[in-house]
Amino acid sequence: MTDATANAAPAPKQGKHAGSLFDADARTKKRNAAETRFRAYGLTAVGIGVAALIMLMTSILGQGLPAFNQTFITLDVYLDEAKLDKNGTRDIEAIKKVSTFGYAPLIKNAMAAKVDELGISFETFGVSGKDAEAMISKEAAAQLRRFVIAHPDRIGDTVEFEFLASGRIDGYYKGRVSMESAEKDSNVTPGQLQLADALKEGGALSTHFNWGFITMADASENRPEAAGIGVAMLGSLYMMIIVLCLALPIGVAASIYLEEFAPKNWITDLIEVNISNLAAVPSIVFGILGLAIFINYAGLPQSAPVVGGLVLTLMTLPTIIISTRASLKSVPPSIRDAALGVGASKMQSVFHHVLPLAAPGILTGTIIGLAQALGETAPLMLIGMVAFVREFPSAPPEGFFDPASALPVQVYNWTTRADPAFVERASGAIIVLLIFLLCMNFLAIVLRRRFERRW
Amino acid sequence: MNDMRPVERSVDTKEIKFECSDVQVYYGATHAIKDVNVTLEDKTVTAFIGPSGCGKSTFLRCLNRMNDTIDICRVTGNLLLDGEDIYDKRVDPVQLRAKVGMVFQKPNPFPKSIYDNIAYGPRIHGLAKNKAELDEIVEKSLRRGAIWDEVKDRLDAPGTGLSGGQQQRLCIARAIATEPEVLLMDEPCSALDPIATAQVEELIDELRENYSVVIVTHSMQQAARVSQKTAFFHLGNLVEFGETGKIFTNPRDPRTESYITGRIG
Repeated sequence: MTDATANAAPAPKQGKHAGSLFDADARTKKRNAAETRFRAYGLTAVGIGVAALIMLMTSILGQGLPAFNQTFITLDVYLDEAKLDKNGTRDIEAIKKVSTFGYAPLIKNAMAAKVDELGISFETFGVSGKDAEAMISKEAAAQLRRFVIAHPDRIGDTVEFEFLASGRIDGYYKGRVSMESAEKDSNVTPGQLQLADALKEGGALSTHFNWGFITMADASENRPEAAGIGVAMLGSLYMMIIVLCLALPIGVAASIYLEEFAPKNWITDLIEVNISNLAAVPSIVFGILGLAIFINYAGLPQSAPVVGGLVLTLMTLPTIIISTRASLKSVPPSIRDAALGVGASKMQSVFHHVLPLAAPGILTGTIIGLAQALGETAPLMLIGMVAFVREFPSAPPEGFFDPASALPVQVYNWTTRADPAFVERASGAIIVLLIFLLCMNFLAIVLRRRFERRW
Repeated sequence: MNDMRPVERSVDTKEIKFECSDVQVYYGATHAIKDVNVTLEDKTVTAFIGPSGCGKSTFLRCLNRMNDTIDICRVTGNLLLDGEDIYDKRVDPVQLRAKVGMVFQKPNPFPKSIYDNIAYGPRIHGLAKNKAELDEIVEKSLRRGAIWDEVKDRLDAPGTGLSGGQQQRLCIARAIATEPEVLLMDEPCSALDPIATAQVEELIDELRENYSVVIVTHSMQQAARVSQKTAFFHLGNLVEFGETGKIFTNPRDPRTESYITGRIG
């Protein structure tokens, strides 16, 4: 640089811009430095954001992915006629009278038979038959009972079943439980873990993908291995259907009226201010509103997706109205003029020209509103969706009135439980929730691109 | 009928389309148009000239009640189209605009195909009974808009993909398609290059055979080229109105003279 300046022709020495162009003057240097600093700040801010995202994802994926795998124990169960159908009539009512307690001995026997078959014995590991039975989830008896009620003709046969292993045995293969921790744990003994290892060697115990996590209902405190997000997903789906069916038409109609038809006076100003305020109201307030109006006043059932959907509709409406109005506003006025100029009525100009152009914005706003509603927890807890729901809601429309849970509420619910296995389940449910949100945002982008290409 | 009344100027032999008297326009508290009296003839191009903000566009937009879309705008006075007051309570502005078409300053084709751009007006007014008739209207309008040869092979292409001059001719064709009686043009060439401008001017001259055309322009040369009558607006007043030749060669008002010689405006 110095060479260049030395060789350059002498610069003018007078005027405001005296000095060579090859040398940055003090002011320029200062401005350039400020610019460099600002870039650094920006990069740092982005970096912090990305780092936080990576940390969040690593933590959730690390904790939640194991929830999709589960340890199973395969046993051949002899469906003893003497226990299940004493009279031998195969009368379904009689079979139904046998509770899950009646099935427990069958599993115990099957476990003992399996151990014999593999040529090992309980004594080697210092476990009793009862301890061995405890290695299998308490859900197993219910599974067996469901099978027998569905197939009463199989009583007397020996059938191969794949049972869920208990939460602690499952935790042993996921690194949550170790021999040392088992010493202090009243729920599992090192002997059981050793037996589990032996079963694994013998091929009776395996770990693989668990569809049950996605399809099954929630389960009680002491059988985390059987807990699934089926009911929660269905509840969330029902609510989203309600929100979409109510919030989209109401929101779009309100926005079109306010933006295109309403006279500009203090009443519309007031409405506008209130809509903006509603968008900022904490969601729990909507929950209280829903409790007071939909449950206490209108008498709708508690824990029902219909109430959740209505509350979330109220919550989503301002978002949809604001984004719809913004996208209506962004349609150039020349299009409206053009339509009016050829003799279209106000409504024709709106529905034939303005609305199609605003559609991508409206859809994006709606999907973002829906995504927000999907992740909402607080208002649902107030209207009773935090309840423990084992039963699947029936098909719509009746199903809208059946008790159900919701994904974010299920996550909250599981994180409050004592067994560490539920933390894994909660993270797994978060992954599913995030996948849904990502899909919805992706859909918003796709729709936007697709509709924008048309003009 | 007012048309039957003997007109004052002896040169006038054509039918009167628009008769406006004592027209006042207010934007809120601003008095934008003051006491305008003007008659617009059929099969004539009338040019409105004047400096920016003089009210010529505002007055033009009164003629098909486009000002109705502006909340604070208020129009008083008599604007008679074929003897009927267009601001009468019984008049539906939508019906009026089908009769008085408009072309805007910036070409504003709909973001649809060329065909749909032209067909939109006839469709909403029910001018075509079937597809064949609609096709015919579209072709006829595009031919009259002097753009048929350029677009006949790509009627399905979006109207927004045409060049500026083509877009403006498309907009003119769109305005013609609804078969208006009066065509209002608000600076139709201000966004066009000289070649496109020449094409549009030629087109305006052809349109004179069938329509009463009113054109607002900033270019005095354009006014001189295309119009038979010229109205000069200044600060909301109609200063002078008469034969284009007279206005440009022998203006009566000193303000007109100052403007056309470039001293004000």
